[in-house]
Amino acid sequence: MKHRLQFTGKKLIRMALLLLGVSIVTFLLMCASPLDPLQTNVGQAALGTMSPEQIAKLEAYWGVDTPPLTRYLGWLSDVLKGDFGTSLLYRQPVISVIGQRLVSSFWLLLSAWVISGVLGLAMGVIAGAFRGRWPDRLIRGYCFLISSTPSFWLAILLLLIFAVWLGWLPIGLSVPAGMDAAAVTAADRLRHAILPALTLSITGVANIALHTREKMIDVLESDYVLFARARGESEISIILRHGLRNVALPALTLQFASVSEIIGGSVLVEQVFSYPGLGQAAVTAGLGSDLPLLLGITVVTAAIVFAGNLIADLLYGVIDPKIRKGASRG
Amino acid sequence: MEPILQIEHLSVYFTQYEHGPRSSAFQKRQLAAVKDLSLEITPGQIVAVVGASGSGKSLLAHSILGILPYNSHMEGKIRYNGETLTEKKARKLRGKEIFLIPQGVTYLDPLMKVGAQLRKGKKDPETKRRCRSALERYGLGADVEELYPFELSGGMARRVLIASAVTEKPRLIIADEPTPGLDARSAKRILSHFRELADEGAGILFITHDLELALSIADEVAVFYAGETIEKAKAEDFGKPENLRHPYTRALWYAMPEHGFRAVGGLQPYAGDDRKGCPYAGQCTACREDCRTEGQIPLVEYRGGEVRCLHPDEMR
Repeated sequence: MKHRLQFTGKKLIRMALLLLGVSIVTFLLMCASPLDPLQTNVGQAALGTMSPEQIAKLEAYWGVDTPPLTRYLGWLSDVLKGDFGTSLLYRQPVISVIGQRLVSSFWLLLSAWVISGVLGLAMGVIAGAFRGRWPDRLIRGYCFLISSTPSFWLAILLLLIFAVWLGWLPIGLSVPAGMDAAAVTAADRLRHAILPALTLSITGVANIALHTREKMIDVLESDYVLFARARGESEISIILRHGLRNVALPALTLQFASVSEIIGGSVLVEQVFSYPGLGQAAVTAGLGSDLPLLLGITVVTAAIVFAGNLIADLLYGVIDPKIRKGASRG
Repeated sequence: MEPILQIEHLSVYFTQYEHGPRSSAFQKRQLAAVKDLSLEITPGQIVAVVGASGSGKSLLAHSILGILPYNSHMEGKIRYNGETLTEKKARKLRGKEIFLIPQGVTYLDPLMKVGAQLRKGKKDPETKRRCRSALERYGLGADVEELYPFELSGGMARRVLIASAVTEKPRLIIADEPTPGLDARSAKRILSHFRELADEGAGILFITHDLELALSIADEVAVFYAGETIEKAKAEDFGKPENLRHPYTRALWYAMPEHGFRAVGGLQPYAGDDRKGCPYAGQCTACREDCRTEGQIPLVEYRGGEVRCLHPDEMR
């Protein structure tokens, strides 16, 4: 137990350092961008009508001449107090914008993550077990095809088929347009989330399936599977008892590492479906020069991705007997 | 007594792809890893197959058990208890009458407890009892069942592997290098378990690279060289080098520490090499013209054993 606490503590320190690094790099990139803080805050039209004195006053108010380091430290100290600043586009605190968007994206991301994980694992195990035969060829073919397909293109394709031609599913947004927020049902939300979740799952599956297949082949060529076979265990028992067991640990790592891919994919996919989630907010913030929001989203998504990997590491300690017993002894 | 296992002219081939001589496309090629092997084991007998690493010994074990890798196939005949041992029949018999005892702990699933592995997923009390008593026979307590393979010491792992063969009543045991890395005393102790199993009526095929160890326990020895059995001899034939028939076997005898530790120059040819005639031609001191030009050299009976040599008495 003590060992695991130490391990977690070390990881958390690393997480803090990582987030610090990410925020510094993002901040530097923003400093290097040609954006004029005054123009983004006031708007070009308003700026044009102002007198030089007014502009000078505003520049002083916004702190345009403050050196980057001072600005960054100011931002950081506010963040440590829980204040991520105000979003320019939404005119709300960044943290509440991210909160709303995260809630709206959460089920979408989670379902895509779970579906791609479960399906990818199953497909990888099947492909590995049938190595070289038609189920394997089929699954591999699918994975290569999907891996080389841009996800936004796939999103547009699904949109065309299911929303435009067949008309089964809504074309975009997360709730029906023009409906009173109180009248929106869970079924409405679900119908709107199906296509984006499907797109994310379809693309997420390929990577997981291909990796799982490789691992499954390794396992099936291992000495212990040979011995299990020599002892008369059936192929199905070998795949279920030895295959799944030994594929589970790497699959777990893969699954939690894929959090980053799902979030990355959601940026493009939400854009295609006009789905008001975190991904879309990132695009809006980027295109609309909303620096506080962009910075906030970058830091929060980095934290989510790191948390995913941290959970994988911790679960490893619970599941892998070598780590579990090794830790309890040491 | 009726032999429990008869192997007749067994060859195991691997399919390989390589650049063709003229075209740039890959061509399929059959590569013989085991060539024209014949062997017999009667119940209670220990037959050792001795050969350097890479001579195709393990494939012999796999072909008897019907678990050759997917890119290989075998020719020839294997009879078990007088009947042809088809792959289907082997599937039924392995783990029930035919057992493999492998080299070491890597043959146990690293993520499964020892007991669960020995029981092969069955949970009925009869299976549990038999697993229990098999471990007990080799001095392993109930606590061992709850251990993962990485928690076993090397010696324990080997005893677990042997115990895995006595969960049922074995009639044929194939031990594939069961004692690597053990000092002579521990190895002999492990081997004494095999003698015991043979005395209980099992036939044992003992595959090893260690001639000295093989002689300490086997009744008969088949010597493997580049995938071919080049000599079959009784264990007592190894008492004097004059009793041996093939120049390679004699070279092995002289290479043993107590017989002078003399090594022969040259290397064993790779199984896939295209060659004619005697595989040992490159290392043989008595090699003649016809040794290199003759096709497959036959295994012939000679002075109470068998030898694959055109001029077995040249060396004397």
